[in-house]
Formats: sequence, structure tokens, C-alpha cells
Amino acid sequence: MNKKTKKILTLGIWKDNAVYRQILGICSALAVTNLMLNSLIMGLGLIFVTAFSELTVSILRKYTPKHIRMMVQTLIIASYVIIVDIFLKASFPEISKALGPYVGLIITNCIIMGRCESFAQNNTPLYSFIDGIASGTGYAIILLLIAFVRELLGFGSIFGINVLGTSWVSWTLMIMPPGAFFMLAIVIWISRNIFSEEDEGKVKA
Amino acid sequence: MELSPVTIFFAAIFTNNMILSNFLGMCSFIAISSDIKTSLNLGVAVTFVMTFTTIINYNVYHSLLVPLDLEYLRYIVFIVVIASFVQLVEMVVEKYFQTLYYALGIFLPLITVNCAILGVSLFMIIREYNLMQSIAFGSGSGLGWLLAIVAMAGIREKIKNNPLPKGLEGPGITLIITGLMALAFIGFSGIVQIQ
Repeated sequence: MNKKTKKILTLGIWKDNAVYRQILGICSALAVTNLMLNSLIMGLGLIFVTAFSELTVSILRKYTPKHIRMMVQTLIIASYVIIVDIFLKASFPEISKALGPYVGLIITNCIIMGRCESFAQNNTPLYSFIDGIASGTGYAIILLLIAFVRELLGFGSIFGINVLGTSWVSWTLMIMPPGAFFMLAIVIWISRNIFSEEDEGKVKA
Repeated sequence: MELSPVTIFFAAIFTNNMILSNFLGMCSFIAISSDIKTSLNLGVAVTFVMTFTTIINYNVYHSLLVPLDLEYLRYIVFIVVIASFVQLVEMVVEKYFQTLYYALGIFLPLITVNCAILGVSLFMIIREYNLMQSIAFGSGSGLGWLLAIVAMAGIREKIKNNPLPKGLEGPGITLIITGLMALAFIGFSGIVQIQ
């Protein structure tokens, strides 16, 4: 693993994480996180779409006229989303039903568009592919983290397996919409605190 | 049971609000909601585009995609319809309503990537609405979005000068307030209900 690959990975997953650093793609981050299984599938879907869209955009970047590039990017993303949607419908019909329109809404997830526009337009296909995986993974990790807390407190279970026993009184609030908003706010709050200390440390040094 | 369009209209505003219970259109919601006037403009634009793209997408889906067995192409087709409709509206508004054009400014193009617009079209297909129900759902969702963003802008103007923990400034506090608003809106859930 060379230096550039390493840098891309740490930036995408941790330092420039799309969800808590750039507040991108939070629609779906909020909607599907009431169960860990849904979040996992959604995260994997997003990694796939981001990585391959960036790859394709990067391969085509020299042949795409500048003023219609947004349209081209959207169509590329939409084609990969269709693949994910058909695959889910065929292999996991129940999860596909639970995710509902949110699979289709990956198209308008700003993370993918943002990475295509800011990274894949100026970099080689291989690095774009790695960058897609990195940003997608960063997104998936946050999704799983939020889903972990919400499912644990809301249902007393993890991945559908009961861990807190029958005496646990479920916090119904956590699996309802307000729980999602509060959890994401807390994640952003914590990350801001971690990073502001880091930034201040750099200034002093 | 067949739901009447009126029920769907009010449910889309209050109990199935696009932002507060379906989390759609959050990006622009958080970015724009710091000023009442701009959020009102954006809300009006979203309502308008949402209502008409829902109608167009309904017709395209049922008279073009279904007969040709091309339902799986709906994502691409819907996105193209929304983008071209926004483009068209922008051109018309620029030509005939100059003041409105400057008021809406950059928001019109931004609407293309507002996930609430695409979301409404997709919900319409999944829930198998007929034309009247779709119109009610599209306009209701738009108004609900407008209501939420204007209310949020009002609250944010009030708390602008209040001291906050450093990490919570901006998106953090907006999300917490949105959570509280969602809690308040749950109170409506006894009135009307769609899945």
C-alpha cells in the first residue's frame, strides 16, 4: 500500500468523513438506521455504487464535455443504483421492501455526486476507485454506529438477536424519527469536539 | 382500503412529513434554514416543482414504462424528467418573471438534487397511488416541506445569539431542534394515517 492510497483511505474513512465532517448524505443515514441489518445492506450498496461510479467517471473524464458532465455523472450513478436495486430485489426481497425508496434515493445521495465531482474528475481510475471505497466505508461505519445504538436501545437487540433480555424496556423513541435526529446530532457533536482539539493542537505545535 | 386524496394531502403535511418522518431533503434543509425569507422562497419552489414532477412522472410511468415493461428504468427516467422540468421552469421564469427569478436565484438548479422530489415520485410508485392521490400526495408533501423549513428558520433566527456548546453550533443544534419538531409532529399521528 503506497502513501497516496493510505492518505485517501484515512481521509475518506476518518478525517474527511462525509457524514459527520461534511454533513453529506444524511437523508438515508437517518432513515435506514433503525435496524443494523438494513444499515449494513445500505452501506454495502453505497460502497458499491460510489466505487464503481467514481471508476467510470474517472475513465470517461477526458471524453466528457465539461458543461454536460453533471448529467453524465447522474446517469452513471443511476445505472449502478439500478443494478443494486435489481440485485436486492432478487436476492433479499424482504430487505428490499424494508428499504423501500431509499435504495433508489442513493442516486441523489450527495456523497457520490460530491466525490465524482471533486475527486474522480481529476484523478486516475485506480485512485478514484479506492477513494470511492474509502468514502463509502466511512459512510457505512457511521450508519452502523448509529444503528447499533438505536437498535440496542429501541429493540434490545443487535442484528435481530436479543441481547438485553426480556426485562429490558424498549425505548420506542429511539426507533422513531426523533431518535435518529438526536443520535446524529450527538455523533456530530462528539466528532466536532475530537477534531477541534486536534486542530487546536496543530496550531500550538 | 382506498384512501381519499384529502386524507393523503393532510397526512403528507402532518403525519408523513417529508423531512420529519421520512428524512428527505435534509441537505438543503440544514444548509438553507438560517433565514426565513430564503427558506420561504425555496419552500415555494420545492412545492411547485414537486407537484408538477409528480404528475409528469405518474403519466410517464403508467403510459410509457409499464406498457413497455421498462419499470426498472424508472430511476433514470425520473431523474431526467425532474432535471429537464427544473431547467424548463428556470427558463420560463427568467424570461417572464424577472423579480421572481432573482428571488429564487440559485435555488432552482439545486432542487434537481433535492432527494425529497425524487422520493415523492418513488413513494407514489411503491404505494400504488392513482392520479388524484398522486397530485394530493405531491402537493401535500411540498407544503409539509415548506412548513418544516420555515418553522425551522424561525426557531434558528431566535436562537442565533444564544450561547451553545462549541461542537453543537450549526448542524448539531439544527438536528436536535428537528428532532424536537419531529416529536411534536408525532402528536398529529392520531388524526390521519397513511402507512
